[in-house]
Amino acid sequence: MEYHPLYSESMLRSIRKVEETRPKRLEEAKRGYRFEKLKPDEAEELLRKFHPDYIDEQKRALRVGPSKGERLNHEVADIFEAHSRIWSRFDEFTKLINEPDYVTDVLVIGGGGAASAAALMARENGAKVIMTTKLRIGDANTMMAQGGIQAAVTPVDSPAIHYLDVIGGGHFMNDPDLVEALVTDAPKTIAWLEELGVMFDKYPDGTMMVQHGGGTSRMRMHSCRDYSGAGIMRVLRDEVRNHPEDIQIIEFSSAIELILNDRGECIGAITYNLETEEYHVIHAKATVLATGGFGRLHIQGFPTTNHYGATGDGLVMGYRAGVPIRYLGAVQYHPTGAAFPEQIVGLLITEKVRGSGADVVNADGEKFVFPLEPRDIESAAIIRECAPVEKGGRGKGVVTPTGMRGVWLDAPLIDLLYGEGTIQRKLPAMVRMFNRFGIDITKEPILVYPTLHYQNGGLAIKVDGSTNVPGLFAGGEVSGGVHGTNRLMGNSLLDVVVYGRRSGTSAAIYAKEVFRDWGKPSLQHVYEYEQELAQFDDIPPDRVSPVLLPDYTPPHVKKKQLTTQYFGNLR
Amino acid sequence: MAEKELKNNPTTEAEEKTKEEDGAEMVPIYIMGKKYLVPKSLTILKALEYAGYQLKRGVGCRAGFCGACSTVYRTPDSYKLKVGLACQTVIEPNMWLTQIPFYPAVKRTYDITKVPPTAEGIMAYYPEIARCVACNSCTKVCPQDLEVMDIIQETLHGNIEKAADLSFDCVMCGLCASRCPAEIVHFNVSILVRRVYNYHIVPRSKQLRERVKEVEEGKYDAEIKWLKSLDRESLKKLYETRPREGDPGVELKDNKLDWNEEIKPPFYNKTA
Repeated sequence: MEYHPLYSESMLRSIRKVEETRPKRLEEAKRGYRFEKLKPDEAEELLRKFHPDYIDEQKRALRVGPSKGERLNHEVADIFEAHSRIWSRFDEFTKLINEPDYVTDVLVIGGGGAASAAALMARENGAKVIMTTKLRIGDANTMMAQGGIQAAVTPVDSPAIHYLDVIGGGHFMNDPDLVEALVTDAPKTIAWLEELGVMFDKYPDGTMMVQHGGGTSRMRMHSCRDYSGAGIMRVLRDEVRNHPEDIQIIEFSSAIELILNDRGECIGAITYNLETEEYHVIHAKATVLATGGFGRLHIQGFPTTNHYGATGDGLVMGYRAGVPIRYLGAVQYHPTGAAFPEQIVGLLITEKVRGSGADVVNADGEKFVFPLEPRDIESAAIIRECAPVEKGGRGKGVVTPTGMRGVWLDAPLIDLLYGEGTIQRKLPAMVRMFNRFGIDITKEPILVYPTLHYQNGGLAIKVDGSTNVPGLFAGGEVSGGVHGTNRLMGNSLLDVVVYGRRSGTSAAIYAKEVFRDWGKPSLQHVYEYEQELAQFDDIPPDRVSPVLLPDYTPPHVKKKQLTTQYFGNLR
Repeated sequence: MAEKELKNNPTTEAEEKTKEEDGAEMVPIYIMGKKYLVPKSLTILKALEYAGYQLKRGVGCRAGFCGACSTVYRTPDSYKLKVGLACQTVIEPNMWLTQIPFYPAVKRTYDITKVPPTAEGIMAYYPEIARCVACNSCTKVCPQDLEVMDIIQETLHGNIEKAADLSFDCVMCGLCASRCPAEIVHFNVSILVRRVYNYHIVPRSKQLRERVKEVEEGKYDAEIKWLKSLDRESLKKLYETRPREGDPGVELKDNKLDWNEEIKPPFYNKTA
């Protein structure tokens, strides 16, 4: 067969080795054997030595705010130890906040799965809603989730077993109450989506098809082929747009700071119109932060699977308003990001590929890890396999012409196990993506390496999505605690919908029953935060957050933008 | 016209110098008619950024799922318009491109529970689909290579299941609508088709509803309460010893937490 023209000789040799070991691995897989799972102490040692979270010099203790002392990656600490976008014109903003451009019951900040679920539930509970989002509604990591969404529905599974898997996968650090709500809401969440018309993979009688994900002890991964997130997001977006009388959507309008009142209650936000560069003021009786994660901060220089807009904006806004963070130092590196070809380096190769039967093998075509370990363990094992021997690794990675390292994900095994056409049927997005770049994954293995994928922690919330700031709610990736220090596959889509719904419902109830009056609009929290920052002389005046967009303008362009004003990354 | 413009944009010395400095092979592309030299291996999206564009519109997931970055282009050797998602398409030398980040497409509002899963049901909201002249322009322009015209035709014939299946991989980029002489908005028709198909035709999962009922009745409350009461060591042991469905030798009869003799809910014995 013909291989990709850019494969090097050594890559081709390695592919042949993968092909040579395939028949034996196929026999083993048919017997149900994939590889030995790591013992708990082996897993812990592996994580300590090879997981990026354990590299001490990559982190520092946060010096300001309610979670002072928390050790975060430098890229994340930087957005907290940064000036507010309103600080340079603070006096004018303090006046501006008294003149709202919009007034509503519930303000939802964000445009992804959690935000959409929140908007729908807030509406269902009688609220008028404004949804303001940085890019378009649906521009979010939810849209990109491929593998699936967990819910314990089969006779051999239960929410209790799901609970145990979540807690174990999260290294027993999870907030038990949050996990309980996650797993007990899971079945009704899937039912809600089913009734909204999401096209789940099903048997003819309507029973959901389920399979394993990393770290699951029962098969409970529901999917929409490998467009699971898109399948859900497209429907949620369509439904949000079905109610223009109740839900007003404002796109390309990013919230950049929350507005509190003199009683410390959240009463809305200041937004920035990315196109006209105006600031607007939204007064809301309750506010939901559903802004997603921070993958586009490229922590430790990793490529990312994340959406362009995933810059941790909500984290900063919530934190300045006084909401503590939990486990934000725990970053998820997805074990299988594409490592070849160059154009798609870092993009997600869904865990469903492994869940469907693909082995993970090294340059010699040998298995070296159980393919469905929890993600942090799986990633660490791949990093160890690729790391040079002199650095304690095994030196069994494949090196690409551009210098990337990786191991093989032997996708063709899936068709050999379950019949020709299975890959095309279950993984159409993956087949399409690789076809576009000249690789046929039904015949060739995929070169992979861990890629920055998910923010395990986030803003502290309670089970109803509320925060310690009255009137402020949060749901989805921006919030933290439910996944401990490591989220399992399929629990983020679940988190997004469960806590999106919960925070939307709670916000509507708060607006109706708890909200008293507007009080006096205030930005005192920003002022006080800036006073804390002022103690340190190493915070550059031009470091501002939320960062809103990643900085992809290359140096050769910047060098010649002699009169361009940059405010953070934005021109 | 393209060629005339080409001559207006000769490669400058400075551009040649960039080429030398970077060492990567540089090729010319024309962004909205304006020439830039960019490394040959880039996707259109990265080429735009390399050229100096800070993107707000026309960029999204950067992985082929969100449909934000649809791009129309021509190459000098052909009169044909080509399309692609900017994040998933490698540049071609001398390509002449523009993005279509937004298309003012009609989106009707409805209650899917009340839309019959029939041709008439869909046409009540999108009557313009009857104007389809089967020209296939939509199919030709789809960056996902979907049989877009067939989606509309199957819908018109009442084959809602087929239309739903054919449209499953749609990323709603809007290129189909931009080319349709009948002014059909295929991607919005498709999402309605998929939703009514799933709501009205696909059977609900009975298993799922039984589980929802069990949860509502509190069937698992005691087990979860017990799990929450365990100390970390016991929880860890229970986790580490749990059988994994499908592993060799694992036969699961039910969903009880009874695999570890030492760590077991005390109330199991009472009921047994």
